[in-house]
Amino acid sequence: MDQPQSVEETLALLAKGNYVADRSLATALYLSLSLQKPLFLEGEAGVGKTEIAKTLSATLGRKLIRLQCYEGLDIASAVYEWNYSLQMIEIRMAEAMGDRDRNLLERDIFSERFLIKRPLLQALDATTDAPPVLLIDELDRTDEPFEAYLLEMLSEFQVTIPEIGTMRAENPPLVIITSNRTREIHDALKRRCFYYWVDYPDAERELEILAVRAPGTPERLSRQIVGFVQSLRALDLFKSPGVAETIDWADSLNQLNRLELDPDGINDTLGALLKYQDDIVKIQGSEAGRILSEVNAALKTAVPTA
Amino acid sequence: MTDADNDRGFLAANIMHFGRALRAAGLPIGPGHVLRAIEAIEAIGVSNRNDFYWALHAVYVNRRDQRDLFDQAFHIFWRNPKILERMMSLVLPGFRGDENMDQEEISPRLAEGLQGGRQNTETENRNEEETTFDAAMTWSREEVLHEKDFEKMTAGELAAARRAIQSMRLPLQDTPTRRFRTDPRGARVDLHATLRAALRHGGDIIPLKTRSRRKRRPPLVIMCDISGSMDRYARMLIHFMHAVTNDRDRVHTFLFGTRLTNVTRYLRQKDIDVALDSVAGAVEDWSGGTRIGKCLHNFNQDWSRRVLGQGAVVLFISDGLDRDAGDGVSREMERLHRSCRRLIWLNPLLRYDMFEPKSLGVRALLPYVDDFRPVHNLNSLTRIVSVLGETGPRTNDAMRQWRERAA
Repeated sequence: MDQPQSVEETLALLAKGNYVADRSLATALYLSLSLQKPLFLEGEAGVGKTEIAKTLSATLGRKLIRLQCYEGLDIASAVYEWNYSLQMIEIRMAEAMGDRDRNLLERDIFSERFLIKRPLLQALDATTDAPPVLLIDELDRTDEPFEAYLLEMLSEFQVTIPEIGTMRAENPPLVIITSNRTREIHDALKRRCFYYWVDYPDAERELEILAVRAPGTPERLSRQIVGFVQSLRALDLFKSPGVAETIDWADSLNQLNRLELDPDGINDTLGALLKYQDDIVKIQGSEAGRILSEVNAALKTAVPTA
Repeated sequence: MTDADNDRGFLAANIMHFGRALRAAGLPIGPGHVLRAIEAIEAIGVSNRNDFYWALHAVYVNRRDQRDLFDQAFHIFWRNPKILERMMSLVLPGFRGDENMDQEEISPRLAEGLQGGRQNTETENRNEEETTFDAAMTWSREEVLHEKDFEKMTAGELAAARRAIQSMRLPLQDTPTRRFRTDPRGARVDLHATLRAALRHGGDIIPLKTRSRRKRRPPLVIMCDISGSMDRYARMLIHFMHAVTNDRDRVHTFLFGTRLTNVTRYLRQKDIDVALDSVAGAVEDWSGGTRIGKCLHNFNQDWSRRVLGQGAVVLFISDGLDRDAGDGVSREMERLHRSCRRLIWLNPLLRYDMFEPKSLGVRALLPYVDDFRPVHNLNSLTRIVSVLGETGPRTNDAMRQWRERAA
């Protein structure tokens, strides 16, 4: 599919990829697509940041190149590395044949033939007409030096390899950067991107997401799930459940053939929703029952109008 | 010039004025942002107000906490030009807008920003009224909300402490990272360097080059109790915190009494007087009571995931006297202990030989700290500095005794 020409088209594109998005997100995404600037997505874990890149790559029919960040990520694993064993063999061959002079050999050894391309270089190097989607995932996990390295790459879409020279992308890739905000990313990097904070969806939106992502969930169960999760987010928990957890929970309840939420069912499957023991202890039992009865009461008043 | 060009000019100018207003309100916005905002609006058009909002949002906002400010500014600037008129009238004395208008509540920071940073004489007058409150070895049940004047330190005390403390460094043991540097005595072969060296010799000899792990100072988080009973020490230790903050990167400083305040940004000021001034302005609970459990809870909830990454060391400075009698302290301390690499408790009360870990707060804290040290004078500070640089197990051996005594 071609690149969208308006915010509506962007929204339709995401919907086509089963991604239920706010118009605000579509706006930021459309800007990043049309002005060829990276999109910087920040938000709690499990609100669907990574999913945006995957959806884009699927619906636009572009290759997805993913760089998972971690502490100590270096150029050798993010950008390029030389194929040392091949180079060694080449030197040995040259030695055995005895027919090449030193300068020629050096130029030969450090040529593209011996270059192993890592995600960032792959993204710049795509020779096809459709530039790939480059997903730089969880940037906050790396350290500052790598962040600084990204500056050149993100503003000019080029990287410099000392032995070869500067490599520049003909068609800049579509860059999506995500961060869980375990530390602040430097302003210099954010400045080069369009920023969007991905929030938890409201109840209505979350119902739509469940309908798309966990089809086959009974209507009433979906409403109960969403009501329950939304009330959990209002509580003082160490980690509120994200959208991913909501979908997981719906899936596990489906798997157990539950047609309706009941206190026992919640206690058995709470692990799909809450990932910290303190939080589970807090909610399990009477608190879960209280929230459930609140949700049911709210449903009862809402159902006649529906 | 056609009308269309003219309109575009107005819009561009307005986007620029909007950017300037945001900058004055504290958002880091430069000319580059304004240019990109204009570009974004050209791409998106002005037909849909919602799109217009989010396009400007995508350019001007780059942190979550700026959203509210942006939202208020947007609505004032683009919806109700009258309010803007009034704001402009404050900036430009010659320009008078409609005075009779509804008083919408706006953020004081934004109002200040739109006012162009004019000094508010009223607050200055209020600052001159000084309140003194000394509560060493007592802990008040009332939260004392007043601005603490740092000038109350005696000149001699201040000068001596500052000179000694400013020269202190904190040599926390460096931690190995996953990055490498060339090192002739390194344990790993650096193939890249080896090949380059081999080619220098024409490939006949391949001299092995080696590399070793780079080391880096771990991030440091300081949490200091500023309640009434800690007042004297906190005043001295804030100089220490300032010295440490300016000496190394990745230091985060929090002060707590009845509430938790992040003062890292203020302490980054090179000038100690400027730094102390801004800290005094930011902290509202100086010399009040202590609510350790609540403050630790706030820290764990809001900050731990943002500042305790990458193996942080925590310095927890408090006398352990808690207004809430240790309520909730041990649960939060346990979480803090699990989220950091090392948790060191500095307690001024330890200077008494007779100190017994009997108070509820102390007993709740002790099981989760890795080291327990006195901090009451320059000597004890110096000793801490030397101890922290030593290698050793995570938890100090002496802790076992302390825990037994507290049990």
